[in-house]
Amino acid sequence: MLLIPCPNCGPRDETEFHYGGQAHVPYPENPNELSDTEWSRYLFYRENPKGIFAERWVHSTGCRQWFNMLRDTVSYDIQAIYPMGTPRPDSSSRATPATGTASTAPDSTTTGTAGPSTSTTSTLTTTAPEGATK
Amino acid sequence: MAETAASPAAAKTPADKNLAARVSPARQLAEAFAAGSLAGAVEIAEVPFLTMVGLRADAGSDAAARLAGVTGGLPAQCGGVVGNGDTSVLWLGPSEFLVVAPTEAHESLGGDLIQALRDALGGDAGQVVDLSANRTTFELTGPRARAVLEKGCSLDLHPRVFKAGTAFSTEIANIPAVLWKTGEESFRIFPRASFAEFLGRWLLDAMREYASPEVP
Ligand SMILES: [Zn+2]
Repeated sequence: MLLIPCPNCGPRDETEFHYGGQAHVPYPENPNELSDTEWSRYLFYRENPKGIFAERWVHSTGCRQWFNMLRDTVSYDIQAIYPMGTPRPDSSSRATPATGTASTAPDSTTTGTAGPSTSTTSTLTTTAPEGATK
Repeated sequence: MAETAASPAAAKTPADKNLAARVSPARQLAEAFAAGSLAGAVEIAEVPFLTMVGLRADAGSDAAARLAGVTGGLPAQCGGVVGNGDTSVLWLGPSEFLVVAPTEAHESLGGDLIQALRDALGGDAGQVVDLSANRTTFELTGPRARAVLEKGCSLDLHPRVFKAGTAFSTEIANIPAVLWKTGEESFRIFPRASFAEFLGRWLLDAMREYASPEVP
């Protein structure tokens, strides 16, 4: 079981919390202008990284407040807790894969702020990204 | 010993009639509580019909200050309880509080606490909600009370951490409940009414081992 450090209440058992899925998925500015594909991507498609993941939690049987968490999906290590509405803190060991199953346009604006740090992770793509010319 | 209602002889005023007609959420456990209580070890009783009011107001706002004026303060952080005589305010969240007051403070019995809180909030953002029927109250007392709770609560209940006069919203026996330590060996537990029977029976079961002599 995780011992989750609630920013208001301190460390509590995981059973006191509920999971809120991926953090930093903004509601589309103009939902009516989206195609069905784009709308479905907003609704249903989420990152599934092996490594650090930004996610939302709510302390449901405690203070009933939401907060964000950076958690390592491999080791379950909790790397950061930060308030809702604040940007994702830099984590040096970001292991965000270059391509996920669902890299949606809206959330890339908030999760992809620190570009350089991802370049240190192994690039699995065979097609070289632009700029990688000799 | 659980007190259920005013005695029939006193059921004269409308307020008394109101109480006499009510059945508390754990009334059906009153006899079991009496039988399962162990003098000198751990005792349990329901304290029915306490007046409870849910407050929401942003810390630092004018509304919060006015509400604090009625209750005698609002606790500032997790675990905090502030009181004004027999009215206490428990911290539930950064902008959420639970007022616990005697039965007579309820407006159905002529009390003016809830209206005073409504007036204090006025039209500002926030809320004052009568939650008296939402939860019931168990009082668990005695030198073994902590050991009973430790069977189903993951908070550190050791006195060096859990001080008398603090309260936490947490889980007991896997159900949400507010746990308030009112004295060194006395606790108040607020389960939701629909969980009262379950938690009452769970506590009775947890208490049972202390009826027998301790095995060395
Ligand atoms: Zn909390």
